[in-house]
Amino acid sequence: MSAAEERDLVAELLDGRHRALARVISKIEDHSPGYREIVSDLHAHTGDAEVIGVTGSPGAGKSTLVDKLARRYRDAGLTVGIIAVDPSSPYTGGAVLGDRIRMASNVGDMDVFFRSMSARGQLGGLSTATADAVKALDAFGKDRIIVETVGAGQNEVDVVKTADTVAVLVQPGSGDDVQMLKAGILEIGDVFVVNKADMDGATRTVAELEEMLHMRESPTKGLETGHHGFDVPEHPDAEDGDESGESPDEKAWEPSVIETVATDGEGVDDLIDALDAHRAYLEESGRLEAKARQRYATEIRALVRNDVGELVEAAIDDRGGIDALADRVLARETDPYTVADELVAPIAECVREQRDD
Amino acid sequence: MSAEQEGRTIRCLVAKVGLDGHDRGAHVIARAFRDAGFEVIYSGLHRAPDEIVQAAVQEDVDVLGISILSGAHNTLVPKVIEGLKEYGAFEDTLILVGGIIPDDDERELKELGVAEVFGPGTPMEETIEFVRANAPERD
Repeated sequence: MSAAEERDLVAELLDGRHRALARVISKIEDHSPGYREIVSDLHAHTGDAEVIGVTGSPGAGKSTLVDKLARRYRDAGLTVGIIAVDPSSPYTGGAVLGDRIRMASNVGDMDVFFRSMSARGQLGGLSTATADAVKALDAFGKDRIIVETVGAGQNEVDVVKTADTVAVLVQPGSGDDVQMLKAGILEIGDVFVVNKADMDGATRTVAELEEMLHMRESPTKGLETGHHGFDVPEHPDAEDGDESGESPDEKAWEPSVIETVATDGEGVDDLIDALDAHRAYLEESGRLEAKARQRYATEIRALVRNDVGELVEAAIDDRGGIDALADRVLARETDPYTVADELVAPIAECVREQRDD
Repeated sequence: MSAEQEGRTIRCLVAKVGLDGHDRGAHVIARAFRDAGFEVIYSGLHRAPDEIVQAAVQEDVDVLGISILSGAHNTLVPKVIEGLKEYGAFEDTLILVGGIIPDDDERELKELGVAEVFGPGTPMEETIEFVRANAPERD
């Protein structure tokens, strides 16, 4: 693809052509030649969309809820982009991406741009591909972007982190309390949704969730009540806070627990209120910018690591491939540290020279 | 098969249009495509032509497989093709039709731009091979 074609594609996307947007996302997914330049060009046009992540176990009702959310946003005159990530087969790389079936409320409405993505062996990581796809939707002019994943592993958690606000879906009565602590998913949620709230056990699940959320608040909370004069540090989070750009005296966000019945749209308005409240909190507290900064820092690191990795791979190939190197180590001719030093030395040398200039 | 060499995954939309409610065939195809390493998006039952167009355009699929068992192919398929043209997606989408299609209709559909029609009893390997060989090249 020539540079001129890339420019055309970007221009068409900015012009609101659906086909161009779809094609750009394909290029991002495939890492086809020229995709980096495209994403670079798009970056200047991003930053206006509100990005919402939705995660939860399979069958929790994510897609159905996302469909209803999109409908409400459309009713409010907003345009919506949705990225639904589904697992792919580790054996064949094939996948059946089924989330689209649930998008019943928005069929035929082109202002809801729904895109299925598979968690195929993404070269730069699934989260990088998702973040880039979000940029494409943002530059296209979508007001709200929803990223939906199965909250199964670290990979998916990283994906959801591309969002400003994360909603975690929980099903009633699935032995959730231990399960959720195990998954570590409690930490990433800004809003918790107990979907299928008309099912037995929903009230209990809500209670359990609220209890757990209270437990995660302030590690020194329980100590304050002691009458032995425990010295509460003035700013217990000061050190960690600085790193994430959080000012220590700022009020922490308390996640809310919302009950919904996605199939008939019950509670969706409450959910939107909760999402908006979190958004307002982010904006007022300055966390929105801090979060974005942190996200870009992560993104830069990931890209650099990936690019340097490719350089090193080429260096390994130049030296006869990784197997030849391993054989030399096996024969006790050399050792892994020496090999690594030899491979990285020329790159380190270049970096040093550049810096000295 | 440049697609495989470049690590590009073939994306397919398996679509059920119109009123017939028989999707066993579509399910079998979807699974076979998945096992062949394709990414498959399944439309679900009873879709209108413009819903299929919306899905094909947004998902940027290489292959659109339409399953019709109701006999309404002469009405529905042209509408899908029209829609794809409207969004500039007709040229580089491989359109396949599966179902019971009379020979005369098959000829007509092919004139409209359907690449191939697969009748009952077509071996799965044949369909997959056809997709591999004919999926549009992209730069």
